[in-house]
Amino acid sequence: MSAQQVLFDAPGPKAIRLYRILAVVGVLIVAGALGWIGWRMWDRGQLTADKWSPFLDWSIWQNYYIPGFWDTARAALAAIVISMSLALLLAMGRMSDLAPLRWVTTVFVEFFRAVPVLIMMIFTFFFLSRQGWFPDNLNPFIATVTGLVLYNSSVLCEVIRNGVGSLPNGQREAGLSIGLSSSQTRRIILIPQALTAMLPTLVSQIIVIVKDTALGYIILYPELLTRARQLGSAEANVVPAYIVAAALFIVINYGLGRLAEAIEDRQRRRSRSAAKATGAAAMGGDTGGVAAGVGMHGKIGTGSTSGTAEEGY
Amino acid sequence: MLELINDFNVLTAFWMTIRLALWSSLFALIIGTIVAIMRLSPVGVLQWAGAAYVTLLRNTPLTLIILFCSLGLWGQLGVEPASRTSDTFIVDLNFRLAVIGLAFYHAAFVTEAIRSGVNTIPVGQAEAARSVGLTFAQNLRYIILPQAFRGAITPLGNVLIALIKNTTVAVAIGVAEAAYALRNMIEFRPDVILLNFLIIAIGFVILTLPTGLAVSYLSQKLVVRR
Repeated sequence: MSAQQVLFDAPGPKAIRLYRILAVVGVLIVAGALGWIGWRMWDRGQLTADKWSPFLDWSIWQNYYIPGFWDTARAALAAIVISMSLALLLAMGRMSDLAPLRWVTTVFVEFFRAVPVLIMMIFTFFFLSRQGWFPDNLNPFIATVTGLVLYNSSVLCEVIRNGVGSLPNGQREAGLSIGLSSSQTRRIILIPQALTAMLPTLVSQIIVIVKDTALGYIILYPELLTRARQLGSAEANVVPAYIVAAALFIVINYGLGRLAEAIEDRQRRRSRSAAKATGAAAMGGDTGGVAAGVGMHGKIGTGSTSGTAEEGY
Repeated sequence: MLELINDFNVLTAFWMTIRLALWSSLFALIIGTIVAIMRLSPVGVLQWAGAAYVTLLRNTPLTLIILFCSLGLWGQLGVEPASRTSDTFIVDLNFRLAVIGLAFYHAAFVTEAIRSGVNTIPVGQAEAARSVGLTFAQNLRYIILPQAFRGAITPLGNVLIALIKNTTVAVAIGVAEAAYALRNMIEFRPDVILLNFLIIAIGFVILTLPTGLAVSYLSQKLVVRR
């Protein structure tokens, strides 16, 4: 019996009938909603051939979507690499034995987690434009990446810290007892374990970053959404242009989400078999401690509400 | 600094941010709960539709959704949630379109939050409910959802905080909220650009910090003791 079915009994003849009726109603509602959208689009001439045929033309992809995708990927890649490095430094700072360093990093992290990414992007963009440190056409890219980095490094810093916090205490004690200093213990023993455990969270943070690159639209960064809008004006097919852009984003992010789940599954299987092999029950599952989804046995499971899936606003 | 706040109506802008957040979170909660019930239901089609909704909305950038609401939903498909005869037609229209976008986007996260709340409930609760003869609907209404909401305070609170910050995206369709004010301030007073940024940024800290504290207080107070 799957966990989901705990909410309701195996249906009897009456319940089966009821479920069928509900299913039909459900289909009707979904079909009605889709049908309304379809009818609306048809009514407004959005489903005509000339709105959609541009997508058959390779030059549309070559001029709009592929450069847009490339610019999105470039910003996301730069942001994830820099955020991760900065997050490591911040995490070291937040866990440092030096109180002032702890305070500074804590303020940094709490501040940039509370401020919207877009506010930082707008500020950086106008700031750079005024200062003129870089060529004008680079500013949107730098501003987009800066906004993403400030926010995401703060979030990832907290992820690393939680990961370290969820390790068994024996890890730290063992490190100290063989004569490592407390910062060596953190660097050599604790953080590497936390990093392995946070891999799924890191991948789902990439989804957040990919989605947030679209904020670059507001500061004129020519990413996928900006290109879709340009295409919409050029070919007078705004709705189809956005639908295709949305589909591209969904495919990329859905793929990344599946990747995060696969990594999480693999880690769970591994930590379980490792626990079995050593017979060290106390250690078992602790490697997956960062992913909050672990250890839900005996609860009403409803499919995979993995810990990673809960983030990503 | 006070002069800047007065000159650029920063408080009015933040009031707009708060109104956006309140209306969007209300609708997001309603839509999200409905989708969560669909995902928990025994009817395959509804489960599938709920899952599809979450997957689609969660993986689309909010900027795209809000822009689509303005340029697509209103501009091309003629959905007009404001009256043309009103004096504040454009303002109302953009505000409501932004609320629609924000609500539908965050509803997907509300659904996931409620589902994680359901995950905190021991199986015995639902089994006991069934064994005393409650139907699925009664089970949800009296046993599962009340506990799920209480267990989901923290993730729901995180969605609310994210939503407050995400209201800034409404600047893409010209809603005069905090990000809009920042752009204005920078345009007219570029000499104090850092101060402009700090005023708006601290405004958001003032909004999100107490929300976070209230959420952790509530989640401790309302936790289902087992």
